[in-house]
Amino acid sequence: MTGHAKVNILFFGQLKQVLNCARLEWPVTQAMTIAELKQQLMQQSDSWQVLAEEQVLSALNQTLCAADARVNAGDEVAFFPPVTGG
Amino acid sequence: MIKVQTQDFELADEYQQLKQDSQANGAIVTFTGLVRDFNQQGQLQALELEHYPGMTEKVLEQICQQAHSRWQLGQIRLIHRVGELAVNEQIVFVGVSSEHRQSAFEAAQFIMDRLKTDAPFWKQEVSGGQKSWVEAKVSDAELAKRWQ
Repeated sequence: MTGHAKVNILFFGQLKQVLNCARLEWPVTQAMTIAELKQQLMQQSDSWQVLAEEQVLSALNQTLCAADARVNAGDEVAFFPPVTGG
Repeated sequence: MIKVQTQDFELADEYQQLKQDSQANGAIVTFTGLVRDFNQQGQLQALELEHYPGMTEKVLEQICQQAHSRWQLGQIRLIHRVGELAVNEQIVFVGVSSEHRQSAFEAAQFIMDRLKTDAPFWKQEVSGGQKSWVEAKVSDAELAKRWQ
C-alpha cells in the first residue's frame, strides 16, 4: 500500500484572490505536465478557468517553467500573475 | 547580501557596509525605491506587497549572480520590503560597489530592471479603503530587454 503521490500547488497575487485559494495538494498519478495539471484544476469549477489566461505564469520548484514542464510527486508548483515588485 | 523583510532599512548602514568591504572599490552606487503618492484612482493610502517565500530570494540571488558575471563588482546589497507600506516609505534598496563608476551604475540599473520583471512580488494599492492590484507595466518589460 502506498500513499497518494501529490504535488503542492501555491497561488499568489490576484490569482490567489480570484480563486480564493492560497495552496492546494493535488494527486499526481503519472507523468503529468503543467498544462495537464492546469486542465485538471480547471475542471473544478467556472472560476478556475482563469488559469487558462495567457498571462498566468507557472513555476516548478521555485523556477519559472513552461507549460510542457513535467511535474512529479513531491514537487512544488505555483501559479501567479505577472510580477510587480520593486 | 539579499534580504526580503517587513522591517525598514537604514541607507546609512547599508552604505557603510558597502564602503567598509574593500579599499579596492572606488565607486559606490545606491538606489532606493519609495512608495509614491500617485495613482489614477485617487490618493494612495498604502501599498501591500505580497511575495513567494523561497522563490523570491532565489530569483534575487540569480539576478545578483548575473550582475557579478557581467560586471567586475565588489559587493551587492539588496533589500526588498514586503507587507503594508505607507506613502513615502522605502520599498527597495540596491547598493553596488566596484572599482570604477561605470560598472556600479550599470549593475545597479540592471538589478532594478530585472527585479521589476522577474522577482515574484505583487503589489496592491490601498486607496479610499479599497484595494486594487497593480498591473505589470509594458515599460518595465521594455526596460529589461535592453540588457539582453
